[in-house]
Amino acid sequence: MLLQSNTAGSVGSFAQIGVSMSFTTRGFSGRRREENPRLPPGQTLFEDWPVLTAGPTPRVDAADWELTLRDETGTDHRWDWDGLLALGVEDVTVDIHCVTHWTKLDMAWRGVSLDKLFEDVETEHEFVMAHSYGGYTTNVPLEDLLDGKAWIATEAEGEPLDPEHGGPARLLVPHLYFWKSAKWIRSLTMTADNEPGFWEQNGYHLYGDPWKEERYW
Amino acid sequence: MATRLDGNALAGALSEVFREDVTAARARCIGCGGVSPIGGAVVYPDAPGLVARCASCDQVLATIVDAGDRVFLSLSGMSTIELRR
Repeated sequence: MLLQSNTAGSVGSFAQIGVSMSFTTRGFSGRRREENPRLPPGQTLFEDWPVLTAGPTPRVDAADWELTLRDETGTDHRWDWDGLLALGVEDVTVDIHCVTHWTKLDMAWRGVSLDKLFEDVETEHEFVMAHSYGGYTTNVPLEDLLDGKAWIATEAEGEPLDPEHGGPARLLVPHLYFWKSAKWIRSLTMTADNEPGFWEQNGYHLYGDPWKEERYW
Repeated sequence: MATRLDGNALAGALSEVFREDVTAARARCIGCGGVSPIGGAVVYPDAPGLVARCASCDQVLATIVDAGDRVFLSLSGMSTIELRR
């Protein structure tokens, strides 16, 4: 047998290279939740905006970018860059909460509401799998994308989204942990079941409500 | 620019699970079928977990999520790992 049955004693050694540790020195303000009711449990306020990435950064020009929304009939609803913007871009100011324990308040975003994308989509399915350029996936219930709760974001803090932050466009679902706000969004596929995306398969929570601290399985 | 480390960055985390350092062990990538040492993988540490990708084809080979009192280890991108006696 190569697998050890008891690993509890060495968790500390893992934590030394655990990714969450590397952010505690960047933009750390020291303000904790008891001083700010807008901080979900276990979160710390950040002023800057850390870049998290699970792989190489895709470089997609807006001119080549396309978003596809596929329903259960196999019908594709497609938007190119101009077509997306023509749906109507709105300004939103929201707080974002990363599962690696940082929260950034009052971020100014511009994007297109998912309500606009789903306007002409008829579906009985209740779940959505978001797919990104580069292969990332994350699952979100449809109801969490509608009624003014989610956007295809194209700008943040007055600038077009950098590729490192998911440009040219990313999903923005600020009421869930930020791994749900898939960078480099490419398609949304309706699914009958709540199938796990990338991080959800690999230990993170299927839903991810920061106020309930739904971080892991 | 995303931080990229080599697969030897997995040594500490994997030492929790395996008795010996397995970064020298060879594994087969399910993406390209290539067989190479785990230490040769490309590791992305600035993510909600460590993500190791095949240096040849970018297939995700392994993820390691530190959940405090638990560790989630996925080796789903490696079809086989060769362990020497």
